[in-house]
Amino acid sequence: MNHSQNEHTLKAFDGDLITLRGLIAEIGGRAEKAVEGAMTALATNDLDLARQVVEGDKRIDALEEQIDRMVIQTIALRAPMADDLRELVAALKISGVVERIGDYAKNIAKRVALIDADQHIEAARLLPAMADATRQLVDDAFTAFARRDADLAVAVCAQDKTVDDFYNSIFRALIAHMIENPEHVGAGTHLLFIAKNLERIGDHATNVSEMVYFAVTGQSMNERERGDDALAPDTDRSGAS
Amino acid sequence: MTETVSAPKMSAHDVKVFYGDKQAIKGVSIDIDMDNVVAFIGPSGCGKSTFLRTLNRMNDTIPTARVEGDITLDGENIYSSKMDVVQLRARVGMVFQKPNPFPKSIYDNVAYGPRIHGLAPNKAELDQIVENSLVRAGLWNEVKDRLSESGTALSGGQQQRLCIARAIAVDPEVILMDEPCSALDPIATAKIEELIHELRGRYAIVIVTHNMQQAARVSQKTAFFHLGTMVEYGDTSDIFTNPREERTRDYITGRYG
Ligand SMILES: Nc1ncnc2c1ncn2[C@@H]1O[C@H](COP(=O)(O)OP(=O)(O)OP(=O)(O)O)[C@@H](O)[C@H]1O
Ligand SMILES: [Mg+2]
Repeated sequence: MNHSQNEHTLKAFDGDLITLRGLIAEIGGRAEKAVEGAMTALATNDLDLARQVVEGDKRIDALEEQIDRMVIQTIALRAPMADDLRELVAALKISGVVERIGDYAKNIAKRVALIDADQHIEAARLLPAMADATRQLVDDAFTAFARRDADLAVAVCAQDKTVDDFYNSIFRALIAHMIENPEHVGAGTHLLFIAKNLERIGDHATNVSEMVYFAVTGQSMNERERGDDALAPDTDRSGAS
Repeated sequence: MTETVSAPKMSAHDVKVFYGDKQAIKGVSIDIDMDNVVAFIGPSGCGKSTFLRTLNRMNDTIPTARVEGDITLDGENIYSSKMDVVQLRARVGMVFQKPNPFPKSIYDNVAYGPRIHGLAPNKAELDQIVENSLVRAGLWNEVKDRLSESGTALSGGQQQRLCIARAIAVDPEVILMDEPCSALDPIATAKIEELIHELRGRYAIVIVTHNMQQAARVSQKTAFFHLGTMVEYGDTSDIFTNPREERTRDYITGRYG
């Protein structure tokens, strides 16, 4: 059953939902931008940009609060049912998850100033590609929300494996590099944490997708019919966490 | 959880109701069991009351009404010529939207049914039935000192509980309620809802309500009616979180017409 195209008899309710969707799109867009900004700041050693990302996280926190308040108010005042109820619960959970994504981006940005820009660590060369894949996951997760696209939500979960694989190779390469170059342990550790943060962001993008899937279908992703499982998320995260 | 293993208390099969040549119910089949309170929901005029009334043959009192199909109570066809309608309405009691106590004392309102059905051989037993019924209806403490006062002197919420006591007094098996709380304030409504919880299991209960939250609160099964058909019937928790039918979804989310 597709999401209803019909409007609520009570027009103000539609207004509430449209406002809420707008807020989710905004917080998602800001989180994605934060990830992108933090990684650009890292690649170009741009301390100003890093500071902006750290500053911008306050706005994400404020949006989270605004979304939570709005969801609670809407549940209390409109007594939503079925799709509407699921969407509101999803919005509440998503806002919490996306706030975490913002925190990880902020954490990456804070490390930019701590890494000696002159040290070139070849082992971290996959980091920009990993960042790209991660940012794309976040983008897709919020596109899935905006379009109520359960298939895209499932695809995000499948794609998270790519980010996990990046993490595993970067992890091994960095550890090997630090063993051979003890003078790089400081920078290497920061880069390791950055890779770990990206990996966690990927996990949170899948959390968002799982909520989208639930909001759209009324089922949890795990209880999807067996058979269309080719794209199922890989639950075995061996070595990754 | 709401799965039932016992045979249904009442069973309707392909029921159709006509008022003159206008068809109000277009083939409805449903099982009603003892363990689950059933809520009927749906837009005004969809046939909830009409269908509810087929379950104790209240439509017989409407000259133009004609009922087709089978309805059984414990497997017995209630529309068979052998069925004693007065007896049937004692077994399948009804509570209406507007509390309708008789203009008699509180005591007599409750004692009326047991008297005409000969359920109490003496005054002491009748007293006991009246007390038990009022206790079960959650009204005893409020009226025990003024049983001889008129039932119509009670508040709306009390009157409705008196009507429930009256229905209970004849020891029914099924209780049908047609919007029993629509004239009541939230506190009186909460008392009736609490009462429904307590009566559940002892009687099969069907309640018609326009209040979606009420249906969600008191029932374990919900049937959605639309234009004389039963569109969807299922566990209340499923109907209100993830209905299967688009028409149900649009109705419960407030997108109807
Ligand atoms: N006594 C009657 N004579 C003729 N038509 C009737 C009679 N009672 C009901 N109807 C018609 O049958 C249809 C179903 O009515 P019914 O009262 O069962 O609806 P309902 O779902 O209970 O509505 P509401 O929620 O407003 O109580 C309506 O079209 C109504 O006009
Ligand atoms: Mg009615």
